[in-house]
Amino acid sequence: MEETLLDEATLLAEFEAKIDAEIKIEPRDWMPDAYRKHLIRQISQHAHSEVIGMQPEGNWITRAPSLRSKKILLAKIQDEGGHGLYLYSAAETLGVSRDQYIQWLHEGKAKYASVFNYPTLNWADIGAIGWLVDGAAITNQVSLQRTSYGPYSRAMVRICKEESFHQRQGYEIMWKMMEGTKDQQRMAQDAINRWWWPALMMFGPHDSDSAHTGNAMKWKIKRETNDRLREKFINKTVPQAELTGLKVPDPNLKINGTDSFGEPTYEHSDINWDEFWQVVNGNGPCNQQRLEHHIKAHEDGAWVRECATAFLNNSNSLNG
Amino acid sequence: MDQGKKHYYLEIADNAHILSHRLAENCSRGPFLEEDLACTNVALDLIGLAESVYNEVAKQSTENVSGDYVAYRRDEIDYRNCLLVEQPNRDFAHLMTRQFFMDTYHYYLFTELSVSSDTFLSALANKSLKEVTYHLKRSSEWMIRFGNGTEKSKEKAQDAIERLWRYTDELFESDASYADSIGTGVYADQDKLKKLWTQKVDEVFFLAHLRKPENREFQLNGGKTGRHSEHMGYILSEMQFLPNKYPDARW
Repeated sequence: MEETLLDEATLLAEFEAKIDAEIKIEPRDWMPDAYRKHLIRQISQHAHSEVIGMQPEGNWITRAPSLRSKKILLAKIQDEGGHGLYLYSAAETLGVSRDQYIQWLHEGKAKYASVFNYPTLNWADIGAIGWLVDGAAITNQVSLQRTSYGPYSRAMVRICKEESFHQRQGYEIMWKMMEGTKDQQRMAQDAINRWWWPALMMFGPHDSDSAHTGNAMKWKIKRETNDRLREKFINKTVPQAELTGLKVPDPNLKINGTDSFGEPTYEHSDINWDEFWQVVNGNGPCNQQRLEHHIKAHEDGAWVRECATAFLNNSNSLNG
Repeated sequence: MDQGKKHYYLEIADNAHILSHRLAENCSRGPFLEEDLACTNVALDLIGLAESVYNEVAKQSTENVSGDYVAYRRDEIDYRNCLLVEQPNRDFAHLMTRQFFMDTYHYYLFTELSVSSDTFLSALANKSLKEVTYHLKRSSEWMIRFGNGTEKSKEKAQDAIERLWRYTDELFESDASYADSIGTGVYADQDKLKKLWTQKVDEVFFLAHLRKPENREFQLNGGKTGRHSEHMGYILSEMQFLPNKYPDARW
């Protein structure tokens, strides 16, 4: 017993030394249970978010207003699904199968980004999601490229490259609409009115209320706090909105200083945390719809997966 | 651009466009993530194909219109796609059987058109062949998997064949506007296409242990002359909603 404890203590010391030295932790390396559990939760939540995120954008594919916009939207959704694949693969290196992760999602034991529980109501929402939601995601993901777990970090490097495209494409949609007709401008303003606050909520609760921040920062899974990332996003995005003529839906938004690069920083209203927790806990406008959609597609596809498995087994037995 | 040529071009573009639309409807509804992405990928190839042709039709038009205008702003009766591509996704077996029939058709159509004397058609065909060769490989493999997978998958594939076979003859019909030009080296020989298509379908069905319907005489047509199924109106209602509602907007 004493020997095991001693071993664990040594292993933990080695693990922490690697973290301190910025050496990535790899799947076969020893890691504390709590570190593994944190990663299982965080990476699978991230993977589910990419996949569930296909739904609100998919809602407008058949109504995309031009061939170009339809191609861009299809390719974007395809990218998101691809991110889901990288992330499920990274999550599987922790010893849990994709099937198990999907089962946990369906059972409500795993979450996905709450922002996708809001509906997409007009074409500008596609712009707003790219610009604001992907924009918020990148702010977080750029820092996650330096996360301590190797497979997650490498997945994030690939994902960030594509997400920055998406953000620019989303901003282009908003820009075009603000340069367009009165109807288009109205749609664009309506979209930012609805998506601004959910985008800010994407960074999670205040640091003081965040259950997972402590260990995650210590083990360098997370590299910056929720509030710091949220401020970065606001500072970057408000000038972009102003450039297009869009009004950020916050009456208390005002410049309160400058950052180290001389760029303005902002004072803003607090988030409606009641709404945040309502949506996190399943009471958003589309929580039920999103999950049911995923479950239905999974159940409808069961016979196809069984067919593919049976065919593979039959082929292997013929060849074997 | 004479009417026959315009109709021929639009058949190619509308088939690709409407089929792409049906595949795009399946986004986030695939049986597993890899297959979901593969369907989107094919939808993207097809929309790219359609866009090239719509742009060419617009370029050769005497009216000052864009490719998007041609793609989005016509009345239902002016869309010249065949009925097969309008048929709903229903389930993955229907989606893939429809795809297999169309991929086989596209493969031989573009093989023929790759030597067309029409420089646009030959360039389009050569570019598209790379893509549709892959599409056909994929959908053929699925048909073989369905037939040799489980009882249920075989049953579903057979059901899809029974329901969709009635739309296949239309692929090889020639519209009166260009029928006389078949055999002049511009357009594909429809009889030859049908023969090649049938051979390929027979070959894949043989490997898949699937069969053609007993009653193969019953066939439906009309899409190529603008008489569509009831499904088409709903496809266009969604697709044309924004361009029709906001005709002055640029997106």
